[in-house]
Amino acid sequence: MEGGGMLGAFAWLLLFQFAGELVVRGTQLPVPGPVMGMVLLLVALMLRGSAPVNLRATAEGLIQHLMLLVLPSTAGLVLQLDRLTQEWLPLTAAVVGGAVLTIAATALTLRAVLSCPGKPIR
Amino acid sequence: MMPALRELWVPMSCPLIIWLLATLIVYQGARLLYGWSGLHPFANPVLTSVTVIIGLLLITDTRYETYFDQVKVLHLLLGPATVALAIPLYGQLRRLRRMLVPLGLAAIVGSATAIVSAVGIGWLLGASPELLLALAPKSTTMPVAIGIAQQTGGLASLTALTVTLTGISGAIMGGAVLSLMRIRDAVVRGFVFGTAAHAIGTAQAFREGEATGAFAALGMGFTGVATALLVPVLVLLLRVQSWTFAAH
Repeated sequence: MEGGGMLGAFAWLLLFQFAGELVVRGTQLPVPGPVMGMVLLLVALMLRGSAPVNLRATAEGLIQHLMLLVLPSTAGLVLQLDRLTQEWLPLTAAVVGGAVLTIAATALTLRAVLSCPGKPIR
Repeated sequence: MMPALRELWVPMSCPLIIWLLATLIVYQGARLLYGWSGLHPFANPVLTSVTVIIGLLLITDTRYETYFDQVKVLHLLLGPATVALAIPLYGQLRRLRRMLVPLGLAAIVGSATAIVSAVGIGWLLGASPELLLALAPKSTTMPVAIGIAQQTGGLASLTALTVTLTGISGAIMGGAVLSLMRIRDAVVRGFVFGTAAHAIGTAQAFREGEATGAFAALGMGFTGVATALLVPVLVLLLRVQSWTFAAH
Protein backbone atom coordinates (compact mmCIF):
# COMPACT_ATOMS: atom_id res chain seq x y z
CA MET A 1 0.00 0.00 0.00
CA GLU A 2 3.02 2.30 0.40
CA GLY A 3 3.93 4.80 -2.29
CA GLY A 4 1.80 6.38 -4.96
CA GLY A 5 1.02 9.40 -2.78
CA MET A 6 -2.52 10.71 -2.57
CA LEU A 7 -3.69 9.19 -5.84
CA GLY A 8 -2.41 5.79 -4.86
CA ALA A 9 -4.14 6.03 -1.50
CA PHE A 10 -7.34 7.12 -3.20
CA ALA A 11 -7.17 4.13 -5.53
CA TRP A 12 -6.84 1.85 -2.50
CA LEU A 13 -9.92 3.40 -0.89
CA LEU A 14 -11.91 2.89 -4.10
CA LEU A 15 -10.64 -0.68 -4.38
CA PHE A 16 -11.83 -1.47 -0.85
CA GLN A 17 -15.17 0.20 -1.56
CA PHE A 18 -15.52 -1.99 -4.64
CA ALA A 19 -14.59 -5.10 -2.66
CA GLY A 20 -17.16 -4.07 -0.03
CA GLU A 21 -19.88 -3.75 -2.68
CA LEU A 22 -18.99 -7.21 -3.99
CA VAL A 23 -19.14 -8.78 -0.52
CA VAL A 24 -22.51 -7.12 0.22
CA ARG A 25 -23.97 -8.33 -3.10
CA GLY A 26 -22.64 -11.82 -2.49
CA THR A 27 -23.80 -12.15 1.12
CA GLN A 28 -27.00 -10.04 0.96
CA LEU A 29 -25.96 -8.43 4.28
CA PRO A 30 -28.00 -5.33 5.17
CA VAL A 31 -24.98 -2.96 5.10
CA PRO A 32 -24.00 -0.42 2.44
CA GLY A 33 -20.96 -1.38 0.33
CA PRO A 34 -18.73 1.44 1.62
CA VAL A 35 -19.37 0.42 5.26
CA MET A 36 -18.35 -3.15 4.37
CA GLY A 37 -15.32 -1.65 2.59
CA MET A 38 -14.43 0.12 5.86
CA VAL A 39 -14.54 -3.22 7.70
CA LEU A 40 -12.40 -4.90 5.02
CA LEU A 41 -9.83 -2.07 5.15
CA LEU A 42 -9.72 -2.31 8.94
CA VAL A 43 -9.00 -6.05 8.67
CA ALA A 44 -6.32 -5.38 6.02
CA LEU A 45 -4.64 -2.79 8.28
CA MET A 46 -4.73 -5.25 11.19
CA LEU A 47 -3.05 -7.91 9.04
CA ARG A 48 -0.49 -5.38 7.80
CA GLY A 49 0.24 -4.11 11.30
CA SER A 50 0.29 -0.37 10.47
CA ALA A 51 -1.45 2.29 8.40
CA PRO A 52 0.62 3.71 5.48
CA VAL A 53 1.43 7.42 5.74
CA ASN A 54 -0.14 8.39 2.41
CA LEU A 55 -3.34 6.54 3.26
CA ARG A 56 -3.51 8.29 6.64
CA ALA A 57 -3.08 11.72 5.04
CA THR A 58 -5.71 11.08 2.35
CA ALA A 59 -8.17 9.65 4.88
CA GLU A 60 -7.70 12.65 7.14
CA GLY A 61 -8.44 15.03 4.27
CA LEU A 62 -11.63 13.21 3.31
CA ILE A 63 -12.90 12.79 6.87
CA GLN A 64 -12.21 16.42 7.72
CA HIS A 65 -14.79 17.40 5.09
CA LEU A 66 -17.37 14.70 5.72
CA MET A 67 -19.94 17.46 6.27
CA LEU A 68 -19.34 18.83 2.77
CA LEU A 69 -19.82 15.38 1.26
CA VAL A 70 -23.27 14.87 2.82
CA LEU A 71 -24.57 18.19 1.42
CA PRO A 72 -25.75 16.93 -2.03
CA SER A 73 -28.04 14.27 -0.55
CA THR A 74 -29.10 16.44 2.40
CA ALA A 75 -30.21 19.23 0.05
CA GLY A 76 -32.78 16.69 -1.22
CA LEU A 77 -34.89 18.05 1.65
CA VAL A 78 -36.06 20.63 -0.89
CA LEU A 79 -38.14 17.91 -2.59
CA GLN A 80 -39.96 17.18 0.67
CA LEU A 81 -40.99 20.68 1.77
CA ASP A 82 -44.69 19.88 1.11
CA ARG A 83 -44.60 16.79 3.29
CA LEU A 84 -42.69 18.76 5.91
CA THR A 85 -45.48 21.34 6.20
CA GLN A 86 -48.27 18.74 5.99
CA GLU A 87 -47.11 16.49 8.80
CA TRP A 88 -44.71 18.80 10.61
CA LEU A 89 -45.89 18.03 14.13
CA PRO A 90 -45.64 14.19 14.23
CA LEU A 91 -42.53 14.42 12.06
CA THR A 92 -40.54 16.87 14.17
CA ALA A 93 -41.77 15.43 17.47
CA ALA A 94 -40.81 11.89 16.42
CA VAL A 95 -37.44 12.96 15.05
CA VAL A 96 -36.45 15.27 17.91
CA GLY A 97 -38.01 13.19 20.71
CA GLY A 98 -36.66 10.01 19.19
CA ALA A 99 -33.17 11.48 18.93
CA VAL A 100 -33.11 12.57 22.59
CA LEU A 101 -34.36 9.18 23.79
CA THR A 102 -31.91 7.32 21.54
CA ILE A 103 -28.98 9.42 22.74
CA ALA A 104 -29.93 8.87 26.38
CA ALA A 105 -30.61 5.12 26.04
CA THR A 106 -27.42 4.41 24.10
CA ALA A 107 -25.26 6.49 26.44
CA LEU A 108 -26.74 4.93 29.60
CA THR A 109 -26.40 1.38 28.26
CA LEU A 110 -22.83 1.84 27.09
CA ARG A 111 -21.77 3.56 30.31
CA ALA A 112 -23.40 0.86 32.43
CA VAL A 113 -21.86 -2.03 30.49
CA LEU A 114 -18.41 -0.43 30.28
CA SER A 115 -18.24 0.36 34.00
CA CYS A 116 -19.42 -3.10 35.02
CA PRO A 117 -16.27 -4.47 36.71
CA GLY A 118 -17.66 -7.91 37.60
CA LYS A 119 -18.05 -9.18 34.07
CA PRO A 120 -15.00 -9.80 31.95
CA ILE A 121 -15.37 -7.61 28.86
CA ARG A 122 -14.64 -9.64 25.79
CA MET B 1 -20.62 43.13 -13.61
CA MET B 2 -24.30 42.86 -12.71
CA PRO B 3 -25.75 42.07 -16.17
CA ALA B 4 -23.01 39.48 -16.67
CA LEU B 5 -23.89 37.96 -13.33
CA ARG B 6 -27.56 37.86 -14.20
CA GLU B 7 -26.71 36.09 -17.41
CA LEU B 8 -25.04 33.35 -15.41
CA TRP B 9 -28.35 32.57 -13.74
CA VAL B 10 -30.18 31.94 -17.00
CA PRO B 11 -30.61 28.17 -16.71
CA MET B 12 -29.53 27.27 -20.24
CA SER B 13 -26.29 29.25 -20.23
CA CYS B 14 -25.48 28.14 -16.71
CA PRO B 15 -21.94 26.77 -16.61
CA LEU B 16 -21.88 23.20 -15.40
CA ILE B 17 -19.93 23.86 -12.25
CA ILE B 18 -21.79 26.88 -10.88
CA TRP B 19 -23.61 24.84 -8.20
CA LEU B 20 -20.45 22.99 -7.25
CA LEU B 21 -18.71 26.32 -6.80
CA ALA B 22 -21.70 27.72 -4.89
CA THR B 23 -21.78 24.68 -2.60
CA LEU B 24 -18.06 24.98 -1.80
CA ILE B 25 -18.38 28.70 -1.07
CA VAL B 26 -21.48 28.20 1.09
CA TYR B 27 -19.74 25.38 2.97
CA GLN B 28 -16.63 27.51 3.61
CA GLY B 29 -18.87 30.30 4.88
CA ALA B 30 -20.75 27.84 7.10
CA ARG B 31 -17.46 26.60 8.58
CA LEU B 32 -16.32 30.15 9.31
CA LEU B 33 -19.67 30.91 10.96
CA TYR B 34 -19.39 27.71 13.02
CA GLY B 35 -15.92 28.79 14.20
CA TRP B 36 -17.01 32.33 15.03
CA SER B 37 -20.00 31.02 16.98
CA GLY B 38 -17.63 29.03 19.20
CA LEU B 39 -18.87 25.74 17.67
CA HIS B 40 -22.45 26.46 18.71
CA PRO B 41 -24.63 23.39 17.90
CA PHE B 42 -27.21 25.44 16.01
CA ALA B 43 -24.43 26.77 13.77
CA ASN B 44 -23.84 23.18 12.62
CA PRO B 45 -22.30 23.56 9.12
CA VAL B 46 -24.62 20.95 7.58
CA LEU B 47 -27.69 22.79 8.87
CA THR B 48 -26.55 26.28 7.82
CA SER B 49 -25.19 25.12 4.43
CA VAL B 50 -28.32 23.17 3.54
CA THR B 51 -30.56 26.07 4.60
CA VAL B 52 -28.66 28.46 2.32
CA ILE B 53 -28.48 25.96 -0.57
CA ILE B 54 -32.22 25.23 -0.40
CA GLY B 55 -32.88 28.96 -0.28
CA LEU B 56 -30.72 29.46 -3.39
CA LEU B 57 -32.46 26.58 -5.20
CA LEU B 58 -35.88 28.09 -4.44
CA ILE B 59 -34.87 31.66 -5.36
CA THR B 60 -33.31 30.64 -8.67
CA ASP B 61 -36.09 28.13 -9.34
CA THR B 62 -33.55 25.36 -9.92
CA ARG B 63 -34.65 21.74 -9.89
CA TYR B 64 -32.97 19.50 -7.33
CA GLU B 65 -32.03 17.07 -10.10
CA THR B 66 -30.07 19.82 -11.86
CA TYR B 67 -28.34 20.73 -8.61
CA PHE B 68 -27.51 17.14 -7.72
CA ASP B 69 -26.10 16.50 -11.19
CA GLN B 70 -23.56 19.29 -10.74
CA VAL B 71 -22.48 18.38 -7.19
CA LYS B 72 -22.54 14.62 -7.75
CA VAL B 73 -18.75 14.50 -7.46
CA LEU B 74 -19.03 15.42 -3.76
CA HIS B 75 -21.67 12.75 -3.24
CA LEU B 76 -19.48 10.14 -4.97
CA LEU B 77 -16.59 10.97 -2.61
CA LEU B 78 -18.78 9.89 0.31
CA GLY B 79 -18.04 6.25 -0.59
CA PRO B 80 -14.22 6.42 -0.29
CA ALA B 81 -14.62 8.75 2.72
CA THR B 82 -16.67 6.05 4.48
CA VAL B 83 -14.00 3.46 3.68
CA ALA B 84 -11.39 5.90 5.03
CA LEU B 85 -13.09 5.79 8.46
CA ALA B 86 -11.17 2.50 8.90
CA ILE B 87 -7.98 4.50 9.53
CA PRO B 88 -9.10 6.36 12.70
CA LEU B 89 -10.80 3.11 13.78
CA TYR B 90 -7.50 1.30 13.36
CA GLY B 91 -5.93 3.92 15.64
CA GLN B 92 -8.43 2.87 18.34
CA LEU B 93 -7.91 -0.85 17.78
CA ARG B 94 -6.82 -1.72 21.31
CA ARG B 95 -9.85 -0.09 22.90
CA LEU B 96 -12.09 -1.41 20.15
CA ARG B 97 -11.09 -5.04 20.78
CA ARG B 98 -11.80 -4.72 24.49
CA MET B 99 -15.20 -3.09 23.99
CA LEU B 100 -16.70 -5.01 21.12
CA VAL B 101 -19.43 -6.71 23.19
CA PRO B 102 -20.51 -3.59 25.16
CA LEU B 103 -20.60 -1.61 21.91
CA GLY B 104 -22.75 -4.27 20.25
CA LEU B 105 -25.16 -4.25 23.19
CA ALA B 106 -25.40 -0.46 23.18
CA ALA B 107 -26.09 -0.49 19.43
CA ILE B 108 -28.96 -2.96 19.84
CA VAL B 109 -30.52 -0.95 22.71
CA GLY B 110 -29.96 2.32 20.82
CA SER B 111 -31.46 1.04 17.57
CA ALA B 112 -34.48 -0.47 19.33
CA THR B 113 -35.04 2.82 21.21
CA ALA B 114 -34.72 4.82 17.99
CA ILE B 115 -37.28 2.68 16.15
CA VAL B 116 -39.82 2.35 18.97
CA SER B 117 -39.63 5.97 20.18
CA ALA B 118 -39.94 7.51 16.72
CA VAL B 119 -42.76 5.23 15.57
CA GLY B 120 -44.47 5.53 18.98
CA ILE B 121 -44.37 9.33 19.09
CA GLY B 122 -45.44 9.56 15.44
CA TRP B 123 -48.35 7.17 16.04
CA LEU B 124 -49.50 9.10 19.14
CA LEU B 125 -49.53 12.35 17.16
CA GLY B 126 -51.47 10.87 14.26
CA ALA B 127 -48.75 10.36 11.66
CA SER B 128 -49.85 8.73 8.40
CA PRO B 129 -48.91 5.04 7.90
CA GLU B 130 -46.39 6.08 5.20
CA LEU B 131 -44.69 8.42 7.66
CA LEU B 132 -44.56 5.69 10.34
CA LEU B 133 -42.84 3.32 7.91
CA ALA B 134 -40.38 6.08 7.00
CA LEU B 135 -39.68 6.89 10.66
CA ALA B 136 -38.72 3.33 11.64
CA PRO B 137 -35.29 3.12 9.90
CA LYS B 138 -34.43 6.83 10.33
CA SER B 139 -31.33 6.40 12.51
CA THR B 140 -29.29 4.57 9.88
CA THR B 141 -27.37 5.99 6.95
CA MET B 142 -29.36 6.90 3.84
CA PRO B 143 -28.68 3.78 1.72
CA VAL B 144 -29.47 1.38 4.60
CA ALA B 145 -32.63 3.27 5.59
CA ILE B 146 -33.94 3.37 2.04
CA GLY B 147 -33.18 -0.33 1.64
CA ILE B 148 -35.13 -1.14 4.80
CA ALA B 149 -38.03 1.12 3.82
CA GLN B 150 -38.35 -0.56 0.44
CA GLN B 151 -38.37 -3.93 2.17
CA THR B 152 -41.23 -2.90 4.48
CA GLY B 153 -43.23 -0.99 1.86
CA GLY B 154 -42.20 2.56 2.84
CA LEU B 155 -41.47 5.46 0.48
CA ALA B 156 -37.82 6.18 -0.38
CA SER B 157 -38.31 9.96 -0.65
CA LEU B 158 -40.07 10.21 2.70
CA THR B 159 -37.40 8.04 4.32
CA ALA B 160 -34.72 10.36 2.94
CA LEU B 161 -36.51 13.19 4.75
CA THR B 162 -36.68 11.45 8.16
CA VAL B 163 -33.05 10.28 7.85
CA THR B 164 -31.80 13.77 7.05
CA LEU B 165 -33.78 15.43 9.84
CA THR B 166 -32.59 12.78 12.30
CA GLY B 167 -28.95 13.36 11.37
CA ILE B 168 -29.25 17.13 11.71
CA SER B 169 -31.20 17.07 14.99
CA GLY B 170 -28.99 14.37 16.51
CA ALA B 171 -25.84 16.27 15.59
CA ILE B 172 -27.27 19.49 17.03
CA MET B 173 -28.62 18.04 20.28
CA GLY B 174 -26.12 15.22 20.86
CA GLY B 175 -23.45 17.33 22.52
CA ALA B 176 -25.93 19.14 24.78
CA VAL B 177 -27.76 15.99 25.91
CA LEU B 178 -24.49 14.13 26.57
CA SER B 179 -23.06 17.06 28.52
CA LEU B 180 -26.29 17.30 30.51
CA MET B 181 -25.82 13.62 31.35
CA ARG B 182 -22.23 14.46 32.37
CA ILE B 183 -20.78 12.01 29.85
CA ARG B 184 -17.27 13.04 28.88
CA ASP B 185 -15.83 9.71 27.74
CA ALA B 186 -14.88 10.02 24.06
CA VAL B 187 -15.87 6.40 23.40
CA VAL B 188 -19.41 6.85 24.72
CA ARG B 189 -19.89 10.30 23.19
CA GLY B 190 -18.67 9.16 19.79
CA PHE B 191 -20.65 5.94 19.75
CA VAL B 192 -23.82 7.82 20.69
CA PHE B 193 -23.30 10.36 17.88
CA GLY B 194 -22.96 7.55 15.34
CA THR B 195 -25.91 5.57 16.68
CA ALA B 196 -28.34 8.47 16.94
CA ALA B 197 -27.28 10.59 13.96
CA HIS B 198 -25.40 8.40 11.39
CA ALA B 199 -23.02 10.24 9.00
CA ILE B 200 -23.99 13.78 10.04
CA GLY B 201 -23.47 12.82 13.69
CA THR B 202 -20.16 11.19 12.80
CA ALA B 203 -19.00 14.36 11.06
CA GLN B 204 -19.97 16.30 14.19
CA ALA B 205 -18.14 13.79 16.42
CA PHE B 206 -14.88 14.29 14.48
CA ARG B 207 -15.06 17.94 15.57
CA GLU B 208 -14.62 16.69 19.16
CA GLY B 209 -11.55 14.63 18.30
CA GLU B 210 -10.26 11.61 16.42
CA ALA B 211 -11.23 9.00 19.05
CA THR B 212 -14.77 10.41 19.29
CA GLY B 213 -15.07 10.32 15.51
CA ALA B 214 -13.71 6.79 15.23
CA PHE B 215 -16.27 5.44 17.67
CA ALA B 216 -19.01 7.39 15.92
CA ALA B 217 -18.11 5.60 12.69
CA LEU B 218 -18.37 2.34 14.55
CA GLY B 219 -21.74 3.27 16.07
CA MET B 220 -23.03 4.16 12.61
CA GLY B 221 -22.00 0.75 11.23
CA PHE B 222 -23.39 -1.26 14.16
CA THR B 223 -26.68 0.65 14.10
CA GLY B 224 -27.13 -0.02 10.40
CA VAL B 225 -26.98 -3.76 10.96
CA ALA B 226 -29.09 -3.75 14.16
CA THR B 227 -31.81 -1.55 12.60
CA ALA B 228 -31.93 -3.62 9.43
CA LEU B 229 -32.60 -6.69 11.56
CA LEU B 230 -35.07 -5.04 13.98
CA VAL B 231 -37.35 -2.98 11.71
CA PRO B 232 -38.79 -5.88 9.64
CA VAL B 233 -39.59 -7.71 12.91
CA LEU B 234 -41.43 -4.67 14.31
CA VAL B 235 -43.39 -4.10 11.10
CA LEU B 236 -44.39 -7.75 11.06
CA LEU B 237 -45.55 -7.56 14.70
CA LEU B 238 -47.64 -4.45 13.99
CA ARG B 239 -49.22 -6.06 10.92
CA VAL B 240 -50.13 -9.21 12.89
CA GLN B 241 -51.65 -7.02 15.59
CA SER B 242 -53.74 -4.98 13.17
CA TRP B 243 -54.97 -8.20 11.53
CA THR B 244 -56.12 -9.54 14.89
CA PHE B 245 -57.89 -6.23 15.57
CA ALA B 246 -59.55 -6.36 12.17
CA ALA B 247 -60.68 -9.93 12.79
CA HIS B 248 -62.50 -8.98 15.99
